[in-house]
Amino acid sequence: MKKFAYFPGCSLEKMASSYHKSALETTEVFDIKLQELDDWNCCGATTYFHVDQLLAYTLVARNLALAEKEGLDLVAPCSACYKNAYFTNEYVKEDPDLAEHINFALEEDDLQFNGNIEVHHLIDVFVNDVGVGKLKEQVKNPLKGLKIAPYYGCQIVRPRKNGEDVEDPQYFEDIISAMGAEPANFPERLRCCGGSLIMTSRVAALDMVRILLQSAENNGAHVIATACPLCQVNLECYQATVNEEFGTDFKMPILYFTQLLGLALGISPKKLGIGIELVSATPIFSKLLPKEVK
Amino acid sequence: MALKPSFSTEISNLLYAAHGSPINSCIQCGTCSGTCPVANYMDQSPRRLIGMINADLKDDVIDCNTYWFCASCYHCTVRCPADIDIAGVMYAVKRYSIWHKTYGEDLVGPQFSEAFVKTIVRSGRSYEPLLAPSYMTHFGPKEFFQEVVTASKMMLKGRIPVLPPRIKRLDNFKNMIRKIIPLGESS
Ligand code: SF4
Ligand code: SF4
Ligand code: SF4
Ligand code: SF4
Repeated sequence: MKKFAYFPGCSLEKMASSYHKSALETTEVFDIKLQELDDWNCCGATTYFHVDQLLAYTLVARNLALAEKEGLDLVAPCSACYKNAYFTNEYVKEDPDLAEHINFALEEDDLQFNGNIEVHHLIDVFVNDVGVGKLKEQVKNPLKGLKIAPYYGCQIVRPRKNGEDVEDPQYFEDIISAMGAEPANFPERLRCCGGSLIMTSRVAALDMVRILLQSAENNGAHVIATACPLCQVNLECYQATVNEEFGTDFKMPILYFTQLLGLALGISPKKLGIGIELVSATPIFSKLLPKEVK
Repeated sequence: MALKPSFSTEISNLLYAAHGSPINSCIQCGTCSGTCPVANYMDQSPRRLIGMINADLKDDVIDCNTYWFCASCYHCTVRCPADIDIAGVMYAVKRYSIWHKTYGEDLVGPQFSEAFVKTIVRSGRSYEPLLAPSYMTHFGPKEFFQEVVTASKMMLKGRIPVLPPRIKRLDNFKNMIRKIIPLGESS
């Protein structure tokens, strides 16, 4: 069994509970344990960086220190959390001065961080620790006939982390193919969904969401798969507002890649948190049902 | 009188040293503006903003909405041929405007950020219902209504927590933060 320190992040507690559930269910199939960090704090998404950089790094470092204390590498399912954790880890390793300032503050919670761990996004665990080949072996219900648009969004790929391909990544497509589904051509797959602009600059954000939905729909996608709770909420929960604003008629289900993977692995929809969507996911099942699946 | 640093130097000093090359290496190629998904909604494109900083046009830089409309998507950063972390520069100008309280009254971004940070400093966790007033008070009646409808739908599906979460070792957490910034009030 492989064990990771798991940093769910604030949105997974409620808003994205289905991501939380499906992450635990699907990793279990591959004998991977995600052990939730005890007493983790919110990493602050991007907002701390608007106020104070050292504060931002320190708050992220507290979570890294908790993982290091357990002797475990950290896994984050939220792209924004992942990006923060990844870079704080890197900077602490390469900048002793920053490390000293952070550790001076961490002392107050009897913690210390030395940059001795690695940080991964949840999707990396499937790509690198499980591997697409192993994934495929465990697929019981190939999602034949389902066309899935892989939405990478921004922060999994950007800024660039050790030499990754920021212009044409393929791992999300590979995972979708392993599920037995077809990855939809999705030209806007790396384009930003607007993130917190949905709160602060609504008009701009709704237009950004519209462009993504349009791109997926134009390419015949039945569902968009995401790997980030913020992307999911923007694309799903604000879809009705987009329709109202732009006179469109999108009914695009937005699921976490772990939910779709879970279906392919033969896990029941309920266990994967399917059923709390604002845009119904049932059309997906009618695409699947006619086959001998289920 | 000591020599005052120029505006472009001040902004450069706000950038963490490990990030990319200096702003003044910009060749004004426009790749950032062409890449930016929010450019249509900005008063000044990212390329122009960088140019304005380099020309020390402080008031014009601070007055435009560009940096608060930046979604931190890093698309410009990974494509800049001069290796400038443009998204990082946007953050630096945001910090500058928060510290100097020079942002426009009608901008929601800075108030949202401050509300967010306050929530976390108090409890260690973020909590959506406490943040909502910071942006919803800026909405017109229609947007306000749309937001209430969206939130109610999420509430019905159990997707919004009823009670604000907080971490266990909150006192230590606050002391940790006090070592970096003053917490103000009595928190
Ligand atoms: S990035 Fe967002 S969801 Fe993740 S911990 Fe930070 S605030 Fe919470
Ligand atoms: S795609 Fe959206 S939610 Fe995801 S990282 Fe980018 S801005 Fe954040
Ligand atoms: S892409 Fe880089 S070099 Fe080109 S205009 Fe933008 S900041 Fe300047
Ligand atoms: S990081 Fe900001 S400026 Fe750069 S492309 Fe994204 S939204 Fe535009």
